[in-house]
Amino acid sequence: MKLNRDRITALLMLLPSLILLGIFVYGFIGQTAYTSLTDWGRDPAQALALHPEIRFTGFETYKELFTGLIDVRFRQDLVNTFFFTLFFIAGCLGLGLGLAILLDQNIVGEGIFRTIFLFPMALSFIVTGTVWRWLLQPRGGINVLPTLVGLEPLEFRWLTSRRQILQFNWQDLPFFTGLLIAIILLWFMVTAIRKSKWRRVGVAGFSFLLVTVWTFTGARQVELLPYPEIHGFNLAFMGIILAAVWQMSGYTMALYLAGLRGVSEGLREAARVDGASEWQVYRLVILPLVQPITLSAMIILGHISLKIFDLIFAMAGADNATTDVPALLMYLTTFRANQFAKGAAIAMVLLIMVAAVIIPYLWSSLRSEVKQ
Amino acid sequence: MTATRRPYKRWHWLVYLLLVIASVFFLIPAYLVIITSLKEPASINLSTTWQLPERWYWQSFAEAWTAFAPKLRNSFTLTFFATIISALMGSMNGYVLSKWRFRGANIVFPIMLFGMFIPYQSILIPLFQFMRSIGLYGSIAGLILTHVVYGLPITTLIFRNYYAEIPDEMLDAGKIDGAGFFGLYSRVLFPLSLPGFVVVIIWQFTQIWNEFLFAVTLTRTDSQPITVALAQLAGGEAVKWNLPMAGAILAALPTLLVYILLGRFFIRGLLAGSVKG
Amino acid sequence: MKRLVVSILSILVCSIVLAQGKLEIFSWWAGDEGPALEALINRYTELYPNVQVDNATVTGGSGVNARAVLKTRMLGGDPPDSFQVHAGQELIGTWVVADRMEDLTFLYQEEGWLDKYPQGLIDLISTDKGIWSVPVNIHRSNVMWYNPAKLTEWGISAPETWAEFLTICPSLQAKGVTPLVMGENWTQQHLWESVALGVLGPDDYKALWTGELAFKDPKVEAVWNRFGEILKCSNDDAAGLSWQQATDRIVSGEAAFNIMGDWAAGYMTTTLGLTPAEGFGWAPSPDTGGVFMMLSDSFGLPIGIKDRDNTINWLKLLGSVEGQDLFNPLKGSIAPHFDSDLSKYNAYLQAAAQDWKTNTVVGSMVHGAAAKEAFMSQFATVLEIYLSTGSAQAASNAAQAIANQVNLGK
Repeated sequence: MKLNRDRITALLMLLPSLILLGIFVYGFIGQTAYTSLTDWGRDPAQALALHPEIRFTGFETYKELFTGLIDVRFRQDLVNTFFFTLFFIAGCLGLGLGLAILLDQNIVGEGIFRTIFLFPMALSFIVTGTVWRWLLQPRGGINVLPTLVGLEPLEFRWLTSRRQILQFNWQDLPFFTGLLIAIILLWFMVTAIRKSKWRRVGVAGFSFLLVTVWTFTGARQVELLPYPEIHGFNLAFMGIILAAVWQMSGYTMALYLAGLRGVSEGLREAARVDGASEWQVYRLVILPLVQPITLSAMIILGHISLKIFDLIFAMAGADNATTDVPALLMYLTTFRANQFAKGAAIAMVLLIMVAAVIIPYLWSSLRSEVKQ
Repeated sequence: MTATRRPYKRWHWLVYLLLVIASVFFLIPAYLVIITSLKEPASINLSTTWQLPERWYWQSFAEAWTAFAPKLRNSFTLTFFATIISALMGSMNGYVLSKWRFRGANIVFPIMLFGMFIPYQSILIPLFQFMRSIGLYGSIAGLILTHVVYGLPITTLIFRNYYAEIPDEMLDAGKIDGAGFFGLYSRVLFPLSLPGFVVVIIWQFTQIWNEFLFAVTLTRTDSQPITVALAQLAGGEAVKWNLPMAGAILAALPTLLVYILLGRFFIRGLLAGSVKG
Repeated sequence: MKRLVVSILSILVCSIVLAQGKLEIFSWWAGDEGPALEALINRYTELYPNVQVDNATVTGGSGVNARAVLKTRMLGGDPPDSFQVHAGQELIGTWVVADRMEDLTFLYQEEGWLDKYPQGLIDLISTDKGIWSVPVNIHRSNVMWYNPAKLTEWGISAPETWAEFLTICPSLQAKGVTPLVMGENWTQQHLWESVALGVLGPDDYKALWTGELAFKDPKVEAVWNRFGEILKCSNDDAAGLSWQQATDRIVSGEAAFNIMGDWAAGYMTTTLGLTPAEGFGWAPSPDTGGVFMMLSDSFGLPIGIKDRDNTINWLKLLGSVEGQDLFNPLKGSIAPHFDSDLSKYNAYLQAAAQDWKTNTVVGSMVHGAAAKEAFMSQFATVLEIYLSTGSAQAASNAAQAIANQVNLGK
């Protein structure tokens, strides 16, 4: 009886948090989702009225975002986010793993080095942004560094360059998507063959064929826009990537270092006795063991990079179109252009992207926990 | 772990060389911030960016301090209350979720957890409408409420994982002594929670202190935290760089101090953020 | 006992007087433009010593950041007592149509302002339902700035047409001088509207904002093409510069010309300490001689504020000759009020006041006079499309699409 009452108390103690999160997370997301399906802001007279009249317009706003003439900036922002995420994660993983391996060499002063590599993590993105903006001034900072040793200054326009590389046509997007899915399916098939799970091989192989055929025939026919539209990687993002890696690679280093410390000395010794070189010990024994860390790090960094806002706000300003991302565009669209429905739709696209990364991760990590 | 365990000791100089190069990369911005903040405004120009100031000039800090002192006080008030409240609530939630497992807990927990990953843009418009309707718009209290709520997932997570490692047998002993829900918490768990609280408090302190999006959308000039003030100062025009740099140092100092003094716990919070820890 | 009552009463009276409240003034006048506002506030506190004035500024030229903050506050049901807004469509198309402002006709009548301001300006801040704000100043947008000493050194004079400018351009570039310096995004839009005014002429320029001239018209494409030619003579690090940093390059001689509103004159005289016509020179932006592209900062009376009386007193000060002649010489603008005493103004401003009376007046789009904010804030995207594609047609199409979407001119 007593235990039962305690159980109820327990639930009651959890309830305030559940209600708060229910309202602040799910209730608000629902409201944003609804706003994104209306026309709030399209009529300036209603945008900022105290009691605006709002009409339901379905997915009209989303359709505009992905195919409308004036929303080309949103599409470039998606491309920007994609490339930023790619290079940011690659940079953090590479530098983080490198530093972790170096620190794992049983060196003197490890604590000092670790402190140095991690301190940017304690800073605000606003501080980092302010500082790096100064470092990346076109005629100062990093660009004049070579002059200290008598070389010519660099000419690169870190945050304002208008050069774009890796360009592609938005019309080809279905083709590239198909190609990507085909490659993933192929990879599934190959792993299934290795494990001799023949049924899976069949399913994956068949879908692979299907997707490949569609990619080279159907995808070519899809017309997303009435005209070609070129997008690509804006080189102005290089500076942002540099600052973001500077701030976050200490995090991956800490993760990897914790992982490397977890690999027992016995295991390393056994490998060495078997004649493995130190390089081979890392490649064959340790790295496979820290692979799950790579995955977690990718997901955590991935959701940070999808949401990146403050860093760019402080570094390049909200108006610098070449370093724009959806999170910033949402802010501008909502609070400057008064297009509340469109701002909400951009936010929802952002949420869906983050959810696509996070939900499978939460699901799998909690499921494996339950199994234990 | 002895120094002789590595057979390839002759490569050690290379390891140190690389570590020193990496350290330079990490410290360069710090160097530049400090020297710029100590230069006279008139002597700051782009071509002498890297040189030490000819004369140490402390006035920028005094100026930054006058401009930022009220904002720093806002930040301290905000951070203090939001951190304490979210830590206490997180501790309670962690206790319930780890020691009073009920049916559906495995569903409730990830649903709570998802709240820490969402892009806050997706709740921003309803959030300030809600704040307006409850009359907290533009106040520090409103910002505290916001940070408490969106801090709950991480604090709950850290405490849940922390309490999970405390064996149930210890609680069973308490139960035999007749302790109820609160008795077990206050007599058994809470006394053991100090390290958990330190991790959570440091984590929340850093996060809330550094936050910008809520701060910029939910406050007015008199309730602005430091990050907003800094962004506006640095984003303003024709300010000489000594002032934003001194401001950046003031804004960074509290979290940096915490990091330097309590780095061990900071790293633990960092690792806990990746769900499994 | 009696004494106690008296002292309690006197404390009460004191606290009532002290509690006459607050006045929050929301603007984007910080830094170099700050002193002018402070002069006004000081005068206000002299007149009303019991009112605590909260000077809430949000930095960022032309109000780029301030407008976002203002919106969150208005949506949050927390209007500042009085906020800076560009007179014209920025005020009417955003706030008046949304029914958030109080009609000020009563104030104009009480203070006798109706025949003290130019009719054209009153029309700009009025709808058929009332007059909506008090303009404090007049700025000119289409001005070209230069450094006279440097021009002599380079052996050139200020061009009167863009064609002339384009012939000077290569020789300047050969000297390592930037022919035309620009700053961040909005200053590029600013340049665009001056170019548009030059290429289209005042009548077609006005027609663009009333919807009578379509953006797809070949005339507007010609504007983009001319704009493109001019960009080739400009600096490549524009996006990273504030307008003041761009002005600095004129003063230092790194660049020859700059198109900026005449707040640049205020910056050069007040902050940099230069003398008009000696330290810096000016001319109408090429091809726009005889046309005055104006913009005006104004303050209104939002509905639902706490300190209405204090705000009305503030508006009275702003609209008076005294207030305007206090503010404008420091801000570097001219007073809209007819009775303004020109002797208080410097050489540049006297010249501007002369032009204001004799020139054809048109409104600025970028600075909120000519087009609704919903159009203006999306014009950045149009510019971006032009900068990334270089296609006049693509930019015109996008501008037309936005114009249709926001019902420009209706």
